[in-house]
Amino acid sequence: MLEVSGLCVSFGGINAVKGIDFAVRAGEMVALIGANGAGKTTTLKALIGLLRPTEGSIRYDGVDLITVPVHQRITLGIALVPEGRGIFSRLTVEENINMGAYRRPDSAAVRTDRDGVYALFPRLAERRRQTGGTLSGGEQQMLAIARAMMSKPRLLLLDEPSMGLAPLMVRKIFDTIRTIAADGVTILLVEQNAKLALEMCHRGYVMESGAIVTHDNSAALLADPAVRKAYLGDHA
Amino acid sequence: MDIFLQQIINGLTLGSVYAIVALGYTMVYGIIQLINFAHGEIVMVGAMVAFTVIGWLAANTPLPPLLIVLIGTAAAIPACTAIGYALELFAYRPLRKAPRLAPLITAIGASIVLQQVAMMIWSRNPLAFPQIIPNMVFPVAGATITLIQIAIIMTSVVLMIALTAIVYRTKLGVAMRATSQNAPIAGLMGVNVNHVIAATFMIGAALAAVAGVMVGTYYGIAHYTMGSLLGLKAFCAAVLGGIGNLAGAMLGGMLLGVVEALAAGYMGDLTNNVFGSNYQDVFAFMVLIAVLVFRPSGLLGERIGERA
Repeated sequence: MLEVSGLCVSFGGINAVKGIDFAVRAGEMVALIGANGAGKTTTLKALIGLLRPTEGSIRYDGVDLITVPVHQRITLGIALVPEGRGIFSRLTVEENINMGAYRRPDSAAVRTDRDGVYALFPRLAERRRQTGGTLSGGEQQMLAIARAMMSKPRLLLLDEPSMGLAPLMVRKIFDTIRTIAADGVTILLVEQNAKLALEMCHRGYVMESGAIVTHDNSAALLADPAVRKAYLGDHA
Repeated sequence: MDIFLQQIINGLTLGSVYAIVALGYTMVYGIIQLINFAHGEIVMVGAMVAFTVIGWLAANTPLPPLLIVLIGTAAAIPACTAIGYALELFAYRPLRKAPRLAPLITAIGASIVLQQVAMMIWSRNPLAFPQIIPNMVFPVAGATITLIQIAIIMTSVVLMIALTAIVYRTKLGVAMRATSQNAPIAGLMGVNVNHVIAATFMIGAALAAVAGVMVGTYYGIAHYTMGSLLGLKAFCAAVLGGIGNLAGAMLGGMLLGVVEALAAGYMGDLTNNVFGSNYQDVFAFMVLIAVLVFRPSGLLGERIGERA
């Protein structure tokens, strides 16, 4: 579904991503883990079009994604839940949700999907008239996911969905991601919390200073002593 | 005659014009944080185009006055939206990622260009508004209100309601607000940010066109320099209300108009005729300075702490 090869991205004069290759197959849940500053978010930004790669190719269902303008990528079925949620704080919850369906004509299907995300996140339904900025961090994360789901993505990119959330909320968010994946949406998850990410996903890529240093299925990565030492807090 | 009420009426008339012009400043600022100093010149172009059309129609056709003014306005709106679009496309878009001072200086440059081109087209002489609107005056509790004043105030109220409806009830409006809050994320949602910014400029310019007709009709003349002072005052009104805030621009415009009119009405009495009503222009800027000192975010300016 997604094939990335030789991807290089730089911004502000720093080569943040230095020629990485990875692939995500339809229906998979793939984790991209690594320390702060490893280039994970930069990779996602390049996939969605917020940053322009300096080299390499991104193919999505056979389409060369780099040539597609940012505002059209969502129509191909790719959505990003950005780092720090990126909700519109002065729009209401419902307006935020509708923004996800901006490219879809307002139809019965959109209304059905809106009811669907409200069913997934009853908390958002209660607060649909409140502005996004008045929500708690966890609710904002729910809103960011709900908004992304409104575009009916086939590939959902999630950037640090656990960041800054209480453990209970993190579990809730990850349960929701599982539910979304069970509905057939392919997931590419960027996480600092490697354990959480690998326990949920099928496979994982480990990034270090802009390069992918290892990749394997999750069980193998979770058992890998080097990965355990570096990312899972295993000092044994 | 009740001077107080009379000056309130005059102030609301002028304030309506300020408010409509201020909306153009505040919308553009809200979406790309640019003070479009050429906005006043768009008002001027609106007045000049409308007066040219109105003058010709009044001299050569037997059409009723109201229709003539409407046709003149209808000609000014596309002319102004075209200029608004062109400014955004050629003057500001190439500088979207430049330091903020660069587009600001460009805006001042664009304003000079527009003014000089207008002078070349329409000459240095003012255009006069033909005497077609009957000078009807209605008494209001000891003061008077003219037909033109009623038309100006009502038109601006309708425009404000229409603009609010566009911004809060349409898909374009939601996209505008989303873009103003977080343009990259709005782009991810499928919003063509360039289109939305261009639309914002065009809506502001269309409002400016109508404002140009209103102020020109009120004073009876249009002149290639009329946009500068009007633009600056409307900018003050936008800052007074809280720049970036639509309701603020409306309130700021009305308030500024009333303050100016009251100052003009009482200045002579209060200063024993040392200063006359010709000092009224000073008041807009005194208000601006006072706002910047005591409430820099404006009356209805961005409340802090609601950012996610």
